[in-house]
Amino acid sequence: MGNLFVNEGLSIFVISALALARAPAACLNFNCMLILLPVCRNLLSFLRGSSACCSTRIRRQLDRNLTFHKMVAWMIALHTAIHTIAHLFNVEWCVNARVNNSDPYSIALSDIGDKPGETYLNFARQRIKNPEGGLYVAVTRLAGITGVVITLCLILIITSSTKTIRRSYFEVFWYTHHLFVIFFIGLAIHGAERIVRGQTAESLLKHKPRECYQNISQWGKIKDCPIPEFSGNPPMTWKWIVGPMFLYLCERLVRFWRSQQKVVITKVVTHPFKTIELQMKKKGFKMEVGQYIFVKCPVVSRLEWHPFTLTSAPEEDFFSIHIRIVGDWTEGLFKACGCDKQEFQDAWKLPKIAVDGPFGTASEDVFSYEVVMLVGAGIGVTPFASILKSIWYKYCNKAPNLRLKKIYFYWLCRDTHAFEWFADLLQLLETQMQEKDNSGFLSYNIYLTGWDESQANHFAVHHDEEKDVITGLKQKTLYGRPNWDNEFKTIGSQHPNTRIGVFLCGPEALAETLNKQCISNSDSGPRGVHFIFNKENF
Amino acid sequence: MGQIEWAMWANEQALASGLILITGGIVATAGQFAQWYLGAYSMYPPAAHPSFRAAGVLICLLEYPRGKRSKGSTMERCGQKYLTRAVKVFGPLTSNYYIRAFLHLGLSVPAGFLLATILGTACLAIASSIYLLAAIHGEQWTPIETKPKERPQVGGTIKQPPSNPPPRPPAEARKKPSEEEVAGVPVGGPQENPMPVTDEVV
Repeated sequence: MGNLFVNEGLSIFVISALALARAPAACLNFNCMLILLPVCRNLLSFLRGSSACCSTRIRRQLDRNLTFHKMVAWMIALHTAIHTIAHLFNVEWCVNARVNNSDPYSIALSDIGDKPGETYLNFARQRIKNPEGGLYVAVTRLAGITGVVITLCLILIITSSTKTIRRSYFEVFWYTHHLFVIFFIGLAIHGAERIVRGQTAESLLKHKPRECYQNISQWGKIKDCPIPEFSGNPPMTWKWIVGPMFLYLCERLVRFWRSQQKVVITKVVTHPFKTIELQMKKKGFKMEVGQYIFVKCPVVSRLEWHPFTLTSAPEEDFFSIHIRIVGDWTEGLFKACGCDKQEFQDAWKLPKIAVDGPFGTASEDVFSYEVVMLVGAGIGVTPFASILKSIWYKYCNKAPNLRLKKIYFYWLCRDTHAFEWFADLLQLLETQMQEKDNSGFLSYNIYLTGWDESQANHFAVHHDEEKDVITGLKQKTLYGRPNWDNEFKTIGSQHPNTRIGVFLCGPEALAETLNKQCISNSDSGPRGVHFIFNKENF
Repeated sequence: MGQIEWAMWANEQALASGLILITGGIVATAGQFAQWYLGAYSMYPPAAHPSFRAAGVLICLLEYPRGKRSKGSTMERCGQKYLTRAVKVFGPLTSNYYIRAFLHLGLSVPAGFLLATILGTACLAIASSIYLLAAIHGEQWTPIETKPKERPQVGGTIKQPPSNPPPRPPAEARKKPSEEEVAGVPVGGPQENPMPVTDEVV
């Protein structure tokens, strides 16, 4: 209520456009506070680690930080649009009132402040008529200048963050996104000039707008209606954003400190079809299955951090990532590691690497089932490399709490290029399982979903050979998409009365298919087979 | 930054600018904002504002069809193929990015004189400069055309009927055609006898 009185003078004056501008401004305060928080990934890791008491499902929400960041960004865009449009009306009407192109009440209110000793209400003090008047306000007032500048920054950030630009020209996205620094600084000082003004509390006691608006000409002459006094509202935005700005600053400092820690590349392996594997060691690095790290190579680019899923198991004494060479940065890394040279490279020639992480919720759930179905589509198979290796290590070391007895692994791939390094891993596991006389532990099915006639001919001719023609594995590659209904029924009949975990890393459409299959193939009662679907957020 | 196709970003920026220009024009008209008066009139239903909206619509129509990337596949915008045909008609006027840069710069200038549209001016000016950068790098707008799926011609590679259709004699007989074989009788094998052997057929 107090606010309403304080602002009543001004709000009667400019009808409802001011309220229409103040409301999105309040929302903007809140949203700009929120937008910095999901990108403080080290803070999120800390929260994830320290909230070990909460269930995995709650902790997993922290993995959707980027989705949240984008939603808040859209909200900021929407509110900025409403705020700007409302203020356009405000400025136009305020300037009109100043040049006597409005109702008498507004004109009278605008005139207050001209005589010495009076405080003004209308921030447009110069009598310049529209359209120049509006432009004059925009370029001479701090709120005008900062408003235009930060809205421009926001538009540039948004246009360079579209999916096309982000996926194909990451550097444009990353460097333009740093305009947020200007955005936040501008936002903090946007209201510093206090041009949104209202009647002061003491003036409201002496001059009541509802009673005095009838006799404007008498103001100052009669006792009931002295000349009202106004003051500007103090800026509020900085109170909202200073906390997250500080947290983000800490985040960048932590990233910088981590990047200074020594990471040694112990081995670089080039795989066919433009994939390289980097095996590294870092003191104090602890990882879990399914996590990812951010990697920076100052030789290639001093500012860019790129995420990669870890493909090594926690039981190994190094950590590794597999990198596909697709863009500028990866090409640069390829050359820096000497992968384009044929001869053996000395260890000291390898570039310095900075590693931040590991991040992401670990996929420990895999180990709590007796039977699991792991489904990886395309590049989504990468985290399963880590999982499979870890499962294998646990199995070999006869870890007591390993309930896992059987793994069904499905790999859906569009072309054969991606097979190579992962096929090597499967081959290794295949051989090891045969040695351990337990070839039934892991059964894998590789589906080649994009094939043409010439390939089909090739497969048909080589069908009877012992090893698969594409992967060299004993289990043959299958063509087309899997018939999930059959698969689920077969597995369900082979493992009655068990809880089977289904883990997917792949596209949404497949997630829906598998979810439906899980539900329809599970028995309704507590006994019987149950398929439990887990979508991994890698 | 070597592989950047600046035109892709310029396209997004210009499309956004077009929308902002349209919005600014609508706001200015809806609020009956004053415009630069040409002549004696002032404060009358502004004639300039519809032209801002028209400019905005023109820019949106021009920028909606995404150009083909020189490397990799391009995601088309939904429903862009009709506009692609329209834009293609203008030939070098639309495929040359220098012309687009100057067009956007030209369209952005009048909008700078009205408060409601100065944001459109700034955004268009930036889009224009990115297009200039793209043009300097030699980029061009090429329409995305869907290639008709080539159905493999059944029998297209078959020029002559098969030369040895079934029923066929076994492989050994086929390798050394001799007079006995013409009758279709299988011969023992490609074996060289040290002494001449005659086959006595009784």
